[in-house]
Amino acid sequence: MAETAAPALDGAKRGSTTAPPRTWSSRVPVWLKGLGPLVLLAALAALFLRFGPLGVFQPAFPPVEELTVEHITLPRLGEIQVQVVNGGPQAVTIGQVSVDDAIWRFEIDGSNTIGRLESRTLTIPYPWVEGEPHEVALVTSTGLTFTAGVEVATQTPSLDARYIGTFAMLGVYVGVIPVLLGLLWLPFLRSIHRRWLDFFLSLTLGLLIFLGVNALAESLETAGLVAGAFQGLGVVVLGFLGAVLILAALGGRQAQGRHGEASPFYVATLIALGIGLHNLGEGLAIGAAYATGEIALGTFLVVGFLIHNTTEGLGIVAPVAAERPQLRRLLLLGLLAGVPTIPGAWIGGFTYAPIWVTLFLAMGAGAIAQVIYLLWNFFARPEGGGGLAGPLNAAGLVLGMLIMYATGLLVAA
Amino acid sequence: MTMDARNPNQDAKGPRLTRRQALQLGAVGTAGLAVGGALSLSDRGGLTTAEQASTRPGGLQGHALHDAMTTVGELRPGGFDPLAYISHFETGRISRLASGQIMREYDLLAMEKEIEVAPGVFFPAWTYNGQVPGPTIRCTEGDRVRVNFVNAGSHGHTIHFHGIHAANMDGAFEVVAPGGAFTYEFDAEPFGLQLYHCHVPPFKKHIHKGLYGVFLIDPKQGRPAARELVMVMNGFDTNFDGENEIYAVNTVGFHYQRHPIRLQLGEQVRVYLVNLTEFDLINSFHLHGNFFRCYRYGTDLERFDYTDTVMFCQGERGVLEFSFKHSGKFVFHAHQSEFAELGWTGIFEVGGAADG
Repeated sequence: MAETAAPALDGAKRGSTTAPPRTWSSRVPVWLKGLGPLVLLAALAALFLRFGPLGVFQPAFPPVEELTVEHITLPRLGEIQVQVVNGGPQAVTIGQVSVDDAIWRFEIDGSNTIGRLESRTLTIPYPWVEGEPHEVALVTSTGLTFTAGVEVATQTPSLDARYIGTFAMLGVYVGVIPVLLGLLWLPFLRSIHRRWLDFFLSLTLGLLIFLGVNALAESLETAGLVAGAFQGLGVVVLGFLGAVLILAALGGRQAQGRHGEASPFYVATLIALGIGLHNLGEGLAIGAAYATGEIALGTFLVVGFLIHNTTEGLGIVAPVAAERPQLRRLLLLGLLAGVPTIPGAWIGGFTYAPIWVTLFLAMGAGAIAQVIYLLWNFFARPEGGGGLAGPLNAAGLVLGMLIMYATGLLVAA
Repeated sequence: MTMDARNPNQDAKGPRLTRRQALQLGAVGTAGLAVGGALSLSDRGGLTTAEQASTRPGGLQGHALHDAMTTVGELRPGGFDPLAYISHFETGRISRLASGQIMREYDLLAMEKEIEVAPGVFFPAWTYNGQVPGPTIRCTEGDRVRVNFVNAGSHGHTIHFHGIHAANMDGAFEVVAPGGAFTYEFDAEPFGLQLYHCHVPPFKKHIHKGLYGVFLIDPKQGRPAARELVMVMNGFDTNFDGENEIYAVNTVGFHYQRHPIRLQLGEQVRVYLVNLTEFDLINSFHLHGNFFRCYRYGTDLERFDYTDTVMFCQGERGVLEFSFKHSGKFVFHAHQSEFAELGWTGIFEVGGAADG
């Protein structure tokens, strides 16, 4: 198709360029040419909305309704709060609510009719039972039901000093400390032979590939929870490619090192940024999961994250091991990677919107992808130790992924 | 929740959380906060939780819990009124045949109509005369019954009356096409509490969409005078997943709970109770603070069960007779908790001198 169409298009082009210079088209200002189709589109849309699309499309029956429950919290004993968003094509009216197959009284912060892209919070005075699952069903005016559940009921922490403190410490434990611990490998890396440094760099590459794929997969997973109209998959694509392109554009201007490849410090910064974005998304998810009782943040899980995330610190120092980085700069990189876990956990526990988790995880994946690309190029340089296909580097790459896999077993909540 | 929790007399030991339970919950909550504990943020979490539970507004206490399990909002005005339906009987246009036999003539129209099964929840029903259940058709044993049936729906329908009649008056094979009509004619026998419903396959669809009603044949000598109430136990699968979302007597979930049926102390009450619930194998009726005589199918005036709970298969029915010895509010409901909680719960409010 494309081959046959192309010559015709070419011909048309030639025809227009050989035409006499003074046509009607040359008298029309450029901006009008650009706006013309838009004006026609607006007129057409107005016409359709006013008179209906020529009777061709009958209103669907039963109407397509879509409600997405974004967040359920249990602010106190005897109360359930449900945060719901209408991601469907038209307004939806909530008629009744049932909890665990019992119709229950509720209050709503606004009209029962929820417009497209609007959200509401429902408060249900239901005596939920600690440690048990509960299911809330929203019955719309047409009788459709939208259900969502609490997996293990436990009182949602309220946003007070204690809560903020808890999640700050959680962020420190699963984000900051492990990354800073990882940075302590720097003296070790500095004292080993260049060949082994490449080995650890390729190991870092393995870690990052695993982390990046994981972040992308998680963002695709949470994209499924995003209300339809907000296009979770589109958010993934935007976040991922957006991060890649922004970082590539920034890097293109300031990152050229001695041999034309990216400067090590730039690579390390990128890695820290990618890990930071990933940790922001992870913090959101952890905070929300904890708040809704989906995970119990037992000691085991925290220790798991501690070990799992320590490898991230290694990833940051490996590229700069051959340089002489200032301690202060290194520390800042560590904080850049680790600290976002804290606000992530705060926000996630307080108000959870899958769209943000999706966006940050996708951006994290994009940033990591950019780093992987840079490291890949680094290994392709002439003195790259035979590239990634070299036995030592290949082993490092595989080992990096294996380490992530093994430590990942500890955090499979 | 237990059904007894709705009995006002038992409020004192109702379902509210005891302080001890609340403390236990708090302790569990603290244990769950392993991180918080490990970080030595607080070890008073348990007490805090318990105090919040018992002092903060919004926690459920006593009466609040009774009032919480119900619908919100009001029915759209001008629609089906369960309080009117419950005591309305269609006795037909009466004439006398040459033989002296009484002839009663009724008109039933099958039509599609959106009905409200709980405030704000609408169901695209198939109805007789625009209501679910259809009108209660009442006659006396031995009467000639003539029903002029017109099908204004978009599917074929019939009326299948329970009773003793000719094969071609049974509404099983003579499907009336949309726009068509049919006249059913037969002698009313035997006396008892019968029913009528559409008998076109798929039966589940035609019945649960609403094509049913009560067909009451009185005995020739009549029954003792009483306040008579018709109760059809039904349910609605509003999202068409093969399970009912709303249960009720007479269609609207929780209607008689929010609008109690007023009775007088000692007043003789007769409930014509029919089960037309689709999808579930059985339904049941339980009366609080009282016992009743249940004349199964109403076909015998002598034999009855003396009980406070009866269980009916789909299509099964019985005539219940009772009077209240005490005044106050008495709940009646399905003794399957799930049905009761999804709408099949009502209240008799018995007036008269309070007797503590």
